[in-house]
Amino acid sequence: MTAHDSNPLVIIGTGLAGYTLAREFRRLDAARPLVLVSHDDGAFYSKPMLSNALSQGREVEALVTADADTMASRLDARVLAHREVVAIDRERRRVRLADGETLDYGKLVLAVGARPIRIPLQGEAADRVSSINNLEDYRRFRQALRPGATVLIMGAGLIGCEFANDLAASGHGVTVTDPAPLPLGRLAPPANAERLRDALQALGVAWCLGDHVVRLDEAADGRLEATLAGGERVEADLVLSAVGLRPDTRLAEAAGLVCRRGIVVDHLLRTSDPDIHALGDCIELDGQVLPFVQPIMIGARALARTLAGHPTEVDYPPMPVVVKTPACPTVVAPPPAGAEGEWRVEADESGVESRFVDTAGRLRGFALSGDRAARRQALTAELEAAADA
Amino acid sequence: MKKWQCIVCGFVYDEAEGLPEEGIAPGTRWEDIPEDWACPDCGVAKADFEMIEIADCA
Repeated sequence: MTAHDSNPLVIIGTGLAGYTLAREFRRLDAARPLVLVSHDDGAFYSKPMLSNALSQGREVEALVTADADTMASRLDARVLAHREVVAIDRERRRVRLADGETLDYGKLVLAVGARPIRIPLQGEAADRVSSINNLEDYRRFRQALRPGATVLIMGAGLIGCEFANDLAASGHGVTVTDPAPLPLGRLAPPANAERLRDALQALGVAWCLGDHVVRLDEAADGRLEATLAGGERVEADLVLSAVGLRPDTRLAEAAGLVCRRGIVVDHLLRTSDPDIHALGDCIELDGQVLPFVQPIMIGARALARTLAGHPTEVDYPPMPVVVKTPACPTVVAPPPAGAEGEWRVEADESGVESRFVDTAGRLRGFALSGDRAARRQALTAELEAAADA
Repeated sequence: MKKWQCIVCGFVYDEAEGLPEEGIAPGTRWEDIPEDWACPDCGVAKADFEMIEIADCA
C-alpha cells in the first residue's frame, strides 16, 4: 500500500450506488478510511419499492432498512448526514462542505444520482406538482394522500406506470397523461405497450395519451384542476410528475469535469480527473445514461475492485428492465440504438412476446408481457449468446 | 408458503412458484436456497440478507 492509498476514499451520495460501492469496497479493503456524505438523513432504503409499497400495505418507515449510524458501523465508515458538498478542489484533493468543513480525499466518488425533470406549467397551482425521487419526497406524498384520493400522473414511462398501478390497486382514482400515444415510450414496442395500457385501464386507470398538462389551477376544496393541451380539464387531489430524470452534474460541472448528458466516465468509471470516479444515475458511459438498478450493482462491484487496486472495467451483460406493474407484468430489453431489424410479435390472451431480430437473424432485444414475462431468463440467455457470437 | 422481495431491486421470490429456470423447484423455502444464490435481477447475494418477507400465503 502506498501513502496515497491511505488517504480516505470519499463517496458523495448514500443512495444505492454510494452504499453498494462502500459495502463492496469494504469487502476488499478493511483498512482505508471511508467517508460518505449525504444531503439527506443517510438512511438506507429500497428505492424501487417506493412505487409498489402502497398496494403491499407497507408504511414509509418500513422501507428503511438501516439508519445512518447503523450503516456507519456496518461499513466502518464516517457517514455525514444532512451535509452538502459545495465544491471540489481538485488540486488539493479536497471537498468543501456548506458549513465550511473540508475533507481530504485520496479518491473521490460522485454517486449523486439524478434529479426529476420539471415541466414548466402555467397557472396559480403550478408549484403544487409533486415528484418522487427519494424517501423524503415519498414520505410527503404519502402524508398528502388521503384514502380514496385521486391522483393525476404526468408521464406514462416506467415510473408513471408503476405508480399508476400501485395507486389504482389501492383504491385511488388515477389519470395518466403523456404526449406519446402509448405508455413506456421507447422502452417497449406497441403490442406490449397496448397490453399494459389495457390492463391498467381495466384496473381503473384513465388515460389521456397524446396529450399533456399545460396549466394547473386551484379548484374547490383544495383540489387541483389541470388543463391539458387538447383543452380537456382533469380534477385531482394530487398531481405527480414522472416525466423523467436528468443526471445531477452540478458539482462535477462546477469542478470542470467533462459532462454531457451525465458526468462522462470511461469503462473504469473514471471521470476526466483520474482521482475522481462516478457511479450510478449521474453517469454517462459510451453515450448512455442507464438509470436502473442492475447497472449500478455491476458498476459498484467493478469500481470497488478498481479502488482496491485491481483496475476492473465495467462490462454490462444484457440487462432487462422489470416494470413492476402486477396488473400486467412486463419485462423489456430494448434493442441497442441504431440496431437494424424488426419486431416479431406473438400474442395471445395470456401475454405478448416481442422479439427484435436483426438482419442477420439474431435476437437483439425483447419485450414480454403477462404470463410471457416468465420467459425472461430464457430470452436473456439468448441475447447474451447473440452478443457473444 | 411465503413471498420474499429483494430490497435492492424489487425482485419477488415466491416460494410456491420457485425458480424452475434456475433449477429451484416450486415449493422451495427461502431458507433452503443455497447461500451462493444471487438475486437474478441485481445480483445481490443471499448472504447479504437483502430479501425481506412481503406476504405469507400459507
